[in-house]
Amino acid sequence: MAGRIRIRAQQQGDHTEVKALMRHPMETGQRKDQAGQAIPAHFIEEVTMTHNGNVVMHAYWGAAVSANPFLGVQFAGGAAGDEVVVTWRDNKGETGEGSTQIR
Amino acid sequence: MRNAIIVGISLLGAVMLVATSAAQDGIFDEYREMMGDDNPAIFVIDEGEEYWYTPAGPNDVSLEACDLGLGAGVVEGAYARFPRYFEDADRVMDLEARLEYCMVTLQGRTPEEIHAKPYSLRGDLGTEMEALSAWLADQSAGVPVVSSQDHPKEREMYALGEQLFYYRAGPHDFSCATCHGQANMRIRLQALANLSGHDGAAEAYTTWPAYRISEGVVRTMGWRMRDCFRQQRLPELIMGSPASVALQTYLAVNASGAEIAAPGLKR
Repeated sequence: MAGRIRIRAQQQGDHTEVKALMRHPMETGQRKDQAGQAIPAHFIEEVTMTHNGNVVMHAYWGAAVSANPFLGVQFAGGAAGDEVVVTWRDNKGETGEGSTQIR
Repeated sequence: MRNAIIVGISLLGAVMLVATSAAQDGIFDEYREMMGDDNPAIFVIDEGEEYWYTPAGPNDVSLEACDLGLGAGVVEGAYARFPRYFEDADRVMDLEARLEYCMVTLQGRTPEEIHAKPYSLRGDLGTEMEALSAWLADQSAGVPVVSSQDHPKEREMYALGEQLFYYRAGPHDFSCATCHGQANMRIRLQALANLSGHDGAAEAYTTWPAYRISEGVVRTMGWRMRDCFRQQRLPELIMGSPASVALQTYLAVNASGAEIAAPGLKR
């Protein structure tokens, strides 16, 4: 059930604070399962955040980020009611998306 | 030389003081605060709800007709009243034993299948038992713990749980009480709860099941018992077994009245 994002965006004075929690195993490829077999790498590679369709954050992630990652971002220029969207793409080509309105 | 040793010892004392205060305040509390309501367990709660309503097993039925003690299909507040005696099974059950009972009697599944992998292994994102436990615990959030002691078998379970709690065994000659029988103790930098009293038991019991950050999955109360057995180097504690139910009864009764705040967020 990967692919889900819980996202909140709150206006705090002159900036908007966004918090996003993502459902993802973030396997590094370095771990072995109980049978001693390597668990294949499976992690988010690219995260993008848009505000009313404009990219305000673009990040390249790797295997060092924890399972079910928690992302916090602040940006200027937002206003209550604006739409914020967070998307990710992992090394298997799977994607996830979550959106919310700034409150 | 002698002075040097004294200086060395007092320095060590200072370091230990710092370590103790860190254990109590804990950067982990700050971390928890930062996370706020964003416990990754929220995903698992939703998954648990899906499991509950999805037909499974040879009978292809959901768990909706499962009686968790408050009537068939009643989930709100049910978890807070575990462990409890069930007349149909004629024994005291914890949540996991009861779920297993429903999976067997309603869905026609086998105990072997249910016990094959009840808890996540490395690389797993969660199991059915973990998801169901998370959702059902959330359905009791804010509800006070009431583990009944009305039935003789429930009182028997508490007595057995208390006995197990203080029973020293294994290569380390450990009991649960070795680590959890005194207040204000710690292991490494983690504070150890005194589970023999109300406050410690309440804090621990009401916050499981919990999302374990170090493992990336939700762990259940039964898993917590089993892992304590593993840490004591005792034989594997079987999910839903009388020993597991007894220990949970001991904790639940000690925690009586405290409100369920699960799924919690643990290191």
